[in-house]
Amino acid sequence: MEKNKKSSGVGAFFSKLIRNQIFIPIAALLLLAVFNLIADPSFYKITLGYNSAGDPVLSGYLMTILDYGSELAILAIGMTLVTAASGGQDISVGAAIAIAGSVILRVLCGGNSRPDELQAPIIVAFLAACVVAMLFGAFNGVLVAYFKIQPMVATLILFTAGRSIAAWINNNELPIVNDVTFTYFGGFIPGIPIPTPFFIAVICMIIMALVLKFTTLGLYTQAVGINEKSSRLNGLNPAFIKFLSFVILGLCVAVAALIKVSRLSSINYSVIAKDIEMDAILAVALGGNALSGGKFNMPASILGAYVIQFLTTTLYKFNVQSDALPAYKAIVVILLVVISAPTVRNKISGFFSKQKAKAKGAA
Amino acid sequence: MKEKSVLEMRGIYKSFPGVLALQGVDFTLCEGEIHALMGENGAGKSTLIKVLTGVYEKDGGEIFLKGLDKAAIIRSPQDAQRLGISTVYQEITLCPNLSVAENMYIGRSEGIGQNWKKMNESADKILQSLDIPAKSTQQLSSCSIAIQQMVAIARAVDMDCKVLILDEPTSSLDEQEVEKLFGLMRDLKEKGVGIIFVTHFLDQVYEVCDKITVLRDGKLVGEYEIKDLPRVQLVSKMLGKELDDMSDIKNDNEVYKGEGADSSLFEAEGLQSNAGIKPFDFYIKKGEVNGFTGLLGSGRSECVRAIFGADRVIAGKLKKNGKEIKIRKPLDAMKQGIAYLPEDRKVDGIIGDLSVRDNIILAAQVLNGFFKPFSKAQAYKFADEYIKLLEIKTASADTPIKSLSGGNQQKVILGRWLLTHPEYLILDEPTRGIDVGTKIEIQKLVLKLASEGMSVTFISSETDEMLRTCSRLIVMRDRKVVGELNGDELTQVMIMNTIAGGDEKDGEK
Repeated sequence: MEKNKKSSGVGAFFSKLIRNQIFIPIAALLLLAVFNLIADPSFYKITLGYNSAGDPVLSGYLMTILDYGSELAILAIGMTLVTAASGGQDISVGAAIAIAGSVILRVLCGGNSRPDELQAPIIVAFLAACVVAMLFGAFNGVLVAYFKIQPMVATLILFTAGRSIAAWINNNELPIVNDVTFTYFGGFIPGIPIPTPFFIAVICMIIMALVLKFTTLGLYTQAVGINEKSSRLNGLNPAFIKFLSFVILGLCVAVAALIKVSRLSSINYSVIAKDIEMDAILAVALGGNALSGGKFNMPASILGAYVIQFLTTTLYKFNVQSDALPAYKAIVVILLVVISAPTVRNKISGFFSKQKAKAKGAA
Repeated sequence: MKEKSVLEMRGIYKSFPGVLALQGVDFTLCEGEIHALMGENGAGKSTLIKVLTGVYEKDGGEIFLKGLDKAAIIRSPQDAQRLGISTVYQEITLCPNLSVAENMYIGRSEGIGQNWKKMNESADKILQSLDIPAKSTQQLSSCSIAIQQMVAIARAVDMDCKVLILDEPTSSLDEQEVEKLFGLMRDLKEKGVGIIFVTHFLDQVYEVCDKITVLRDGKLVGEYEIKDLPRVQLVSKMLGKELDDMSDIKNDNEVYKGEGADSSLFEAEGLQSNAGIKPFDFYIKKGEVNGFTGLLGSGRSECVRAIFGADRVIAGKLKKNGKEIKIRKPLDAMKQGIAYLPEDRKVDGIIGDLSVRDNIILAAQVLNGFFKPFSKAQAYKFADEYIKLLEIKTASADTPIKSLSGGNQQKVILGRWLLTHPEYLILDEPTRGIDVGTKIEIQKLVLKLASEGMSVTFISSETDEMLRTCSRLIVMRDRKVVGELNGDELTQVMIMNTIAGGDEKDGEK
């Protein structure tokens, strides 16, 4: 009797958990975590060392995930909004990062490809990148919201042209910044052993959480994504909300670009942030958000971003060749997507409810 | 199974999160009979139909069909179709961007090849035989809603079905079209088809049906021969109580003529929108209930949409309390205290995936402003207030609105607009596809709001409903205002005469 009661409680708990959206990324994370634990527990080893500048840094696979996953998490924030509002995705994110990164370098180096000192404060360069990235976001937004072009088609334009534009901004040169503070953004701040991108991501998350709490952006975005016509009759301006989501993604792109160029203190136009848009879109999907728009769950998307990075890092750990990486990723992605499909989840959840009913019957 | 029955459903159970939609319902359909399935919103009619057609999987019970010795297994609409069960749903479920013929044959071809010419020819033949004014090659969306509905019926008829389910087929048809449909139903009955007819129109039930099965709150109330069940009894069985008659809300409409002879709250002069209506004049006084009447497609909705700014206004003036105002988009109208409950609940009204709570607060939130979101507690307070006031049946305020029944969805939308505390409420077909009980509730509510000083414009396809609520009717024909009826002129006959019009050729629509 006691036992039955307990199992019914557990069944109900699981059935509820499985219907919850954030279950998907958590389940994926657990799966990967357990896999690594069994395959090689050294995966979780974190060591304190010193970098070339003599500052303390933590290193280990988990730190890599925290570091690179943060870039992705920042992009996932913007991508979630774009997906929810427009029911489509922005595939020009990588190219836009190249442009924004190029702008940062251009402002910092001021036309000189290897200046001895910064030609402008970093904050000025960053703000310039923000403006440019938001303008390109606005360009995508106008195409999608006002000209009603499919988001993937509209952003294909910038996807194609972006890296050339990035190269053109610096006359196809590869400027190198010779300034140690600039490396902090993609590396470590002296005395703090945790990678800076993580803190930047946390700031972005806090800002987004505040925006969602103190404005009606969340409600409006979801309403527009679910039923545009009805939203308009409730006084919303659906086109503007969509436009806005692309501009916000532009801002996220600028932040990610700062991290990216800071890592190298330079840029490689054709390689920087390559295919990152796919990972960002995957993060949104893995967060259980419908790629057709509508309801969204921001924490789930952000967690999804770290899970994607967890997966990438795991594959690197097992010495998967970098050109074979996408194939392995695809297999895992198929699994994740199938598990997260609503029909499968309902089945699993139904299974647990049945267990629960059985337990009740037995009692 | 009984000898003559084509379909027997025994002890059907179905539940949704938080709701027991069907609890051991039995239903029997005989050959060559038209069987009405009646009940209030949320009584389980649609759920029963969806179980029968394989849209939902039942939790328990058995379905027997003529010619099968075991219980039938229906897991998908395709299964149902194969077993000879065809459905025409309340909302059009065809593909608007395909042609009429494609819609009639989609999902039915045997092989992968398709003889387009033959398909179009046979489609035309069926359309002709059923007297449906559509061409096989026409794109479906270019037909009126009524014709789309008839195409859906033609598709079902052509599939040689034994059981034909008509789920609210007449709610978008005008009288002649309804007659045509009834003719068709009687023909099919002669041929031995069993027809399940779900409707809210009592008149229509008594006109064509042989039997009635009544459901209430997911349970079977009973099955009755039509001649044994007078109207009043049917209504009281559906409601589960003696109906405190419609007469007690009737005809105090002198009261709702509004205050002050000259002061109109809103006034339109030569207003015209890009939706193709002729310029029209209009006014409404404070506390007045008036209405637009006319046949389907006569431009009733387009008039109010122009006032609300839902369509683009291309000419004319709008005044509030004598002062000219500019309304370019719905938000402008909302700021002026206008609320608009749209005609098409599914497309223009609900935000399907959002919760009941979010759907209720949406318009008020938009008015409140982007930087002033309601707190969670506030939102719940508003939602609970209107769920209670309008007696919305929902598991909780967090339930997605799309899982509510049609009438309850409508109440949510009504609650949404009442929350904005409008001075002027426009209700475009608020009672379409809604059961009698809710209809009367809504009518009573309209009169109550008017007595509190709200101005209301009420549009409905049912003239008796309009007569009961409105103190003034604006009559439309062919997208033009053709008359206005007041006081003693407010009778069915006068309305019909004005709609038909003596001076011009009779409206063909």
